[in-house]
This record gives sequence, C-alpha cells and structure tokens, in this order.
Amino acid sequence: MSMPKRRELFALACSALLSAALVAQETPSLGTPVSEAQLQGWDLIVSPDGQGLPSGSGTAAQGKEVYIQQCAACHGLEGQGGAGVPGLVGGSTTSRPALLTVGSYWPYTSTLYDYVRRAMPPTAPKSLSDTQVYQVVAYILHLNGLVDEDVVVDSASLPKIEMPNHAGFIDRSQVQ
Amino acid sequence: MSEINNQNNKESLEHVAANGLINRRHLLGLGLAGAGGLIASSVMAADSTRVEIPGWSKVPGRDPSGYGSPSSFANSYQRLAGAPSAVLPGSGVSRTPLHLLQGNITPNGLHFERHHSGIPAIDPAQHRLVIHGMVRQPLEFSYEDLLAYPMQTRIYFLECSGNSGANTGATAGDSSAAAIHGLLSCSEWTGVSLASLLDETGIVDGATWVTSTGADGASMGRSIPLNKALRDVFIALYQNGEPIRPEQGYPMRLFVPGWEGNVSVKWLTQIKLADGPANFRDETSKYTDLLPDGKALQFTYPMGVKSLITSPSGQMSLRRQGLHEVTGVAWSGSGAITRVEVSADGGRSWADAHLDGTGQDLALTRFRIPWLWEGGPAVLQSRATDSTGQVQPTRATVLANYDAVNRYHFNGIQSWSVSAQGEVKNVYA
Repeated sequence: MSMPKRRELFALACSALLSAALVAQETPSLGTPVSEAQLQGWDLIVSPDGQGLPSGSGTAAQGKEVYIQQCAACHGLEGQGGAGVPGLVGGSTTSRPALLTVGSYWPYTSTLYDYVRRAMPPTAPKSLSDTQVYQVVAYILHLNGLVDEDVVVDSASLPKIEMPNHAGFIDRSQVQ
Repeated sequence: MSEINNQNNKESLEHVAANGLINRRHLLGLGLAGAGGLIASSVMAADSTRVEIPGWSKVPGRDPSGYGSPSSFANSYQRLAGAPSAVLPGSGVSRTPLHLLQGNITPNGLHFERHHSGIPAIDPAQHRLVIHGMVRQPLEFSYEDLLAYPMQTRIYFLECSGNSGANTGATAGDSSAAAIHGLLSCSEWTGVSLASLLDETGIVDGATWVTSTGADGASMGRSIPLNKALRDVFIALYQNGEPIRPEQGYPMRLFVPGWEGNVSVKWLTQIKLADGPANFRDETSKYTDLLPDGKALQFTYPMGVKSLITSPSGQMSLRRQGLHEVTGVAWSGSGAITRVEVSADGGRSWADAHLDGTGQDLALTRFRIPWLWEGGPAVLQSRATDSTGQVQPTRATVLANYDAVNRYHFNGIQSWSVSAQGEVKNVYA
C-alpha cells in the first residue's frame, strides 16, 4: 500500500476540522462540577469487570425467599418464564429454538446484577436492597446450575463467574 | 366521448414497467384533461343538482385556541397502540399510522412509542443531566442550562430495531403497514451537540465508550462508541419546533442519528464515559441478533437501507380501476436515499419512482409513481438504494443471515398483493 499524498492528507485534515467545527461549538460553560462520591447510589451502572458493584453479598439459599416473594409470580417458581415474561432458565447455546435465557444467552453476570437492581421488579423498580439483589442474582445463577446454593456472591466473586455463552457475541460496534 | 379519450390516453401512456407502472413526467405532460379521463370517468356523468353554499359558510366558526388539535373529522389519525401489559406496567409500543400519512415528517402526536417502564412525569426544574466517568471534570447540567447552549437542527428518522419483525414470521399476517412497520417516524430534532458538552468536561485518555441511562422506572441504558458520539450525537430538546413530548423523553433525550432507536436514550439523565460498553440488558439479552451458527451480533447499530409502499398497503381496498399513485417512504441508517424502484409484478420488472424528499442523510424520503390498475392481480414492491450503494435486500436474503428467532434489523422488501377485487394484503413474494 502506498503512502497517501500530502495533498490528500491535507484534505483529510481539513474535512476533519470542518466536521468538528460543526459539532463542537463554543459553549457558555454552564455545567456545575459534581464529584463521583456524590453519585454513589445514583450511578447504578455495573460493568463486566465488576466496576460499579456495591458492597454486600448474598447466597442462593438466601435468595430463594426473595425470588419467591418478588420474582416467581411472573418468572415462575423454577425460572421457566410465563406469558409475555422471559424465562431465566433453560435451553443451551446450541439447542433450538433458542430460548435466550440468562443461563443460555447472557454473556456476563454483571448484566444480571445491573438489570435487577435498576429495573426489577417491574411494579417497584429499585425497591430491592443491594444485598437482596446479590441474593436473588445468586439464586438465578443457582437455578441455572452455575453456583452452589452456599456460594457467597459479592463484588469480588460475581465477575469471576463465567457464563456459558460468554464467548457467543461478535462485537460489531465499529461497523458504522 | 370520455370513453374514447380514456382509451386514447391509455394507449399513449408511457409504461415504464410491467402491470401498469407509468412514467410520471409523461403523465404530467398529458395535462389535466388527459389524466382526468383516466382518474374517474364517473366525474363526466355528474348529475345536474344545483350546488349549494354549505352551512359552515353561513355562521362564524370557533375561536382561536392555545394549542391546536386535528379536525374532529380527522380523528382516525391515531397511533396503533397495543393493550397495556398486565405483567410489565408501562412496557409497550404504539405505532405510527404510516399508511394514513403523507410527506416526510411525522406529527409529534403520532411519533411511535416504545417504553420499558412507562412514561415518567418529569419536572424539568428537578431534572439533571450528569456527565461523568472518564472525563476530566464531571459536570451536571440543568434543563435551563442546556436551553442556553448553541443548538443544531436536523431532520432524522428514528426506527426501532424490532420494526417490521412481524414479517420474519413463518406466515404473512394480514396486517396494515402501521402494524408491521409503524415503529418508524421522522422529525426535525433540535438540540445541543454532545461533543460540545464533552469539550466542557474534557475526556480522559483511554475513554472509548459512552454509556447513557434514562430517568424512567427501568433506568434504561445503552452504550455507544465514543467516535460516533463525537461525530453527530446530540441532546434533543425540541421536536418539530416544540419541546419533545413526554413519550419521546421530555425534557431531553439522546439522539443517535441513523442508529437503532433504542440507543437514543429517552429521559436522559446520565452520560458516563468508559473504556468499554456497560453490556446493559438491552445490548446483550435484547437488541442482539442471533445467527444460524448460534453466535450473536452485538452492537449492530445502523438501520439498514429500507423502503415500503404506504399506499396502497395492507388492509386497504382499491375502490376503482384506473390511475392510482403508488407512494411510500425510504430511509437508510448509512446515508441518503438515492433511488427507489417500484414493481407491480412481484419483482420481475422495476421502474424508478420519483423522490419527493429532502435528499438529506438519515431522513425519510417520500417516493411516488403513477400506476394504472385495470383490475388484474398485482404484487407491489419497493426497493431502495442509498448513497453508499447499498440496495434493500429481499425478505429471503435477510432471513438467511439470521437464526429463526431473530426479530431485529429486518429490512427485507415488503410485498403487497392486490386481488382482482382490489383487496390489498401483506404477502411473502
């Protein structure tokens, strides 16, 4: 491959500057400084490496009761799902029709914690304590055969639990 | 007399594809007298009843009002809304009645909806937008702050990733264009560029992703790459000139042009820069595209090049033979629409439709072509091409790329059959 000519590089630089000028304008700088410490408890994002997981812990044994009270009415006692409600358990990466459950499809345990904490149960999202979320996450993983019922799930152990479909996704984010 | 004119005109029409597709310029050249003969010969046989001045011309009408509403005679212009979910309160959709609308802009009250936990009632004075994570200085902005920023106005379509998913099913449902394709709308959006706000916070080296969450009950979140965020993403505050509607994220939403609607997070309250995606529920469990080999595509953002005929379309009836305008909309998440072809014989022959849009990137483009229907069966299709050269694929081509359960990113060609009785139906052809 030959080196691009100088004139082409100059044109590229100009078009980059031009498009940047279109979007990054002078602003009145009205933003108010805020600290990460102030956002604790407000920022609910948990990423696959475990960043954002709160303190606390739970086991599947503890989570069973939370699950029965808060989740089973819709998701079923065994996590099998119901009418209009996704199943949490069942299927595999190769079985068809694909069931797309937590155990057969979700790539990261962090997503389970993140989603339950921010959005579940649908009638009262964010009503579970951080500890209850750890407990119910442990129970859902247990229903999927991924942890024993006495394993302590916390910010250190949860990201290390490998999901069966962790390598099942192809990142297309740069196909724009 | 009119019969003879009609016959002469039919013969002189320039057919541009089989089964009645007509050259639009040629038709315009015929003038009113020529085309009129084709449109409705019954007009010629009008009776001799005296024309009366209508009652509303003899009384004063109603007074001006603070905020207008459509005519009571036009109250059929409604979104197609599903029944409320019994198990997921506030979760659901309503669809834009594409088959009733004209032009390229969707009225605000008819823009499609998709909510994961209902529409929050947000007081803008209490709402905050926080930008934090891998930035030099985390900042918080109020709604009032953002109203004072330099703005940009652009026309963009918005399409749900699951739009048209009904046509991935094994059998073609007898449905309207709205029911199948109504998770699609197009508005003029005005707001503040994200790049300018990130200029203010600064970006820490190594930041490559932007994660965003909304202030709804589900706190719905999505991640997008930083390079897109700096290119054309903005915080939308106005839609078609007025503050965005609660259904669209009032007081503010992220707007990510050309990409699946779900990433344009509504009720935007948090933007967090990171060195990777958050892998939210709605970018792992949902909005990922399962392939035949069991792998799944993740972060498939741009919506494919696509079009559909909105009239005539599913569940409509052609009430008369003669000249009809076939019209619809085309769009692409990768650029502008450069060409739309229409077929009246199920894709065997094609003719170029007239484009009646803005020619802008990532906006709906209305297309039109005259069609002479003489009572025979027909299968109407449209096929769009965009400025990157991508051509809308057939339904079969799209389906072959994915596992059978996938409902996302379906952009296959839509087929409407027209029976000898003039009934229009969704079919797979």
